[in-house]
Amino acid sequence: MKANCWYGKGDVQVVDVSEPEVLNNRDAVIKITSTAICGSDLHLYNNFVPTMEKGDILGHEFMGEVVEVGSEVHNLKAGDRVVASFPISCGKCFFCQKELFSLCENSNPNAWMAQKLFGHSPAGIYGYTHMLGGFAGGQAEYARVPFADVGTVKIPDGLSDEQVLFLSDIFPTGYMAAENCNIQPGDTIAVWGCGPVGQLAMKSAYLLGAERVIGIDRFPYRLQIAREKAGAEVLNYEQCDVYDSLMDMTGGLGPDACIDAVGMEAHMPGVIGAYDRVKQSMMLESDRPHVLRQAIMACRKGGTVSIPGVYGGFDDKIPLGSLMNKALTVKTGQTHVQHYFAPLLERIQSGDIDPSFIITHRLPLDEAPRGFEMFLNKQDDCLKVVLKP
Amino acid sequence: MEIPRDLAIERRQRSGTHFSEPVERRGDWKDGSLTTAARRAWDKKQLGVLVQGNGKTVARALGWFSIGLGLAEVLAPRTLERFLGIRQHRFLLRVMGLREIASGVGILTGRRPSSWLWARVGGDVIDIAGLGMALSSDTAKSGNIGLACVAVAGITVLDMRCAQELSQNDDTALSTRTIEVRKSIQINCSAAAIYKFWRDFQNLSKFMSNVESIETLSDRRSHWCVRGPAGKRIEWDAEITEEQENHLIAWRSLEGAQVENYGTVRFETAPGGRGTYVKVHLQYSPPAGIFGARVAQLFGREPRQQIHEDLHHLKQIMETGEIITTKGQPAGRAGGTSWKYDQAVRRQVDSRSDYQTSAV
Repeated sequence: MKANCWYGKGDVQVVDVSEPEVLNNRDAVIKITSTAICGSDLHLYNNFVPTMEKGDILGHEFMGEVVEVGSEVHNLKAGDRVVASFPISCGKCFFCQKELFSLCENSNPNAWMAQKLFGHSPAGIYGYTHMLGGFAGGQAEYARVPFADVGTVKIPDGLSDEQVLFLSDIFPTGYMAAENCNIQPGDTIAVWGCGPVGQLAMKSAYLLGAERVIGIDRFPYRLQIAREKAGAEVLNYEQCDVYDSLMDMTGGLGPDACIDAVGMEAHMPGVIGAYDRVKQSMMLESDRPHVLRQAIMACRKGGTVSIPGVYGGFDDKIPLGSLMNKALTVKTGQTHVQHYFAPLLERIQSGDIDPSFIITHRLPLDEAPRGFEMFLNKQDDCLKVVLKP
Repeated sequence: MEIPRDLAIERRQRSGTHFSEPVERRGDWKDGSLTTAARRAWDKKQLGVLVQGNGKTVARALGWFSIGLGLAEVLAPRTLERFLGIRQHRFLLRVMGLREIASGVGILTGRRPSSWLWARVGGDVIDIAGLGMALSSDTAKSGNIGLACVAVAGITVLDMRCAQELSQNDDTALSTRTIEVRKSIQINCSAAAIYKFWRDFQNLSKFMSNVESIETLSDRRSHWCVRGPAGKRIEWDAEITEEQENHLIAWRSLEGAQVENYGTVRFETAPGGRGTYVKVHLQYSPPAGIFGARVAQLFGREPRQQIHEDLHHLKQIMETGEIITTKGQPAGRAGGTSWKYDQAVRRQVDSRSDYQTSAV
């Protein structure tokens, strides 16, 4: 079968590989009908996350049709149409039982490696480094889904692939980011990054009752989508001082909650930006946490900083003094996708939201490398690329 | 002679020793004075600290000496070259200087200065050899080189004495013959279920990746086949020495074992619905001695890591009914499992052909 594989910095190729099989009794194999490139795949494309290996199949947002199930999978059968969740979760451990699925204890065969870096290991993730399991990903014609009885949601007839594909990652991720803000009536939510997760976080914030949502980015076309499709007020950080503007808009209070939907590769003009860039390229700092710094400084006293953006290691100059003295709450984590499957599928079915508004490009799987290039360089007003095997 | 209490405390403070708890609370005090027995023990301890203190002082001095010499070699290699009458060895001198600085920092800050001191002894030998080679240079100032040789030889003797003394102290703390491993893991099952699984020794090879087979000889006796370092097969008979249903199993190897070992596994009910804490305590004498164990560690079979992985596999079997693997998945290279990264998966799979474990 064809699969999109990682071969190094800025190098992905669609190559022929063998088809996946059932390896554990709770596995399923699915024939993929739609898959997507995630913003976090770009961190791998830029080689900022360690323990990738040449030939790893990328992709953790995918859906398709079940073709084979293991002997211990009783709730699925061949022919079912399903979306897979990007964290792989057993459903039985202490964390899965609390529905903290992205913290599953049993789905990362290389848990010891993540443990060395993080203290404890999160769940395994498809196509996202060997530290997080080394699982083959879903930018392919077929994929193996471990713990398929827990990690899939069946899609009823009448919904298109594009409407439900993002249940695999970014819709629950945006939604959890907004939910983590503990939104109260009248709240203002500021969202850094108007990429796919940022857009869906803004939409979700309104769904959860926010009064105002402010989107921050530097690309006019992304700000335009945020304004027109997500209904947000927008700030272009290259044209204004973000802190001053947010204070102006909120009478000096600051946003009640701030969402960092950017993560480790934040762009920042000026000296601080250069400082982080140099440190990151010299491997003295794993991330460029500029957005996080700004979000903490701008957040209302007693407010919440919610971080769906991916960070990987050890960061400098995080304003802990501000965090402590302003009594802020920080909420973060990889998304507990399985927890959101049912309620968000219902939101889509009822017409509350159609996450497909973020799709700008539909490409055949063969053109995945071009998709990465466009998405990375924001060419052709690219916001989200969906691949069709 | 009674030691007045204040003096005792003052001495303690001066010597910088730490008691695990205040002396007063240990029941050694009567009417503000130490009892005779306690005082003797205390005196002995002070004496020990004094001796150890001397070794440490010399070690510290050697550490600073190392850093000083290293800095000289790194910063002023030309002056040194001129002194010894050699040429074109600036790079070598700088490298040696860096080595000196590293061992100096190691001695001053490391948890086990003795090993750094032994590294210094090794460095001294290299230095003397280097000086010997320098003699063959035409421009060599043999007088100065001889002087340097004498100095280095003197330092070597000091290094060795100090390293020996500190090593002895280490040895009393760390047995040279046995390796001890303690590991625990939380498992989301009842203690009874895990105990039942473990007590059927046939199950142990399902999650202990080094164990080839376990044969049950009688209710309390069993025969173990284990893959040791370099694939060498090691066998022994073991017996259960203590057993409390659903709580504890203790075992030891019987006489004639190739690898003497004993251990306990405890199953403690964890609070608040957290299932069970499984706590393993294992001691064994490695077949090729401590040295062999260290060599084995170089090849990734560090026993703590190994037992940690084994317990994680036990947890996976108990909680999910299977040990998750990536062996056999596709990739855009030969082999879906990465030789570089997925070592735990490889070990697990290599050790047995059938890694599918049926639900428990």
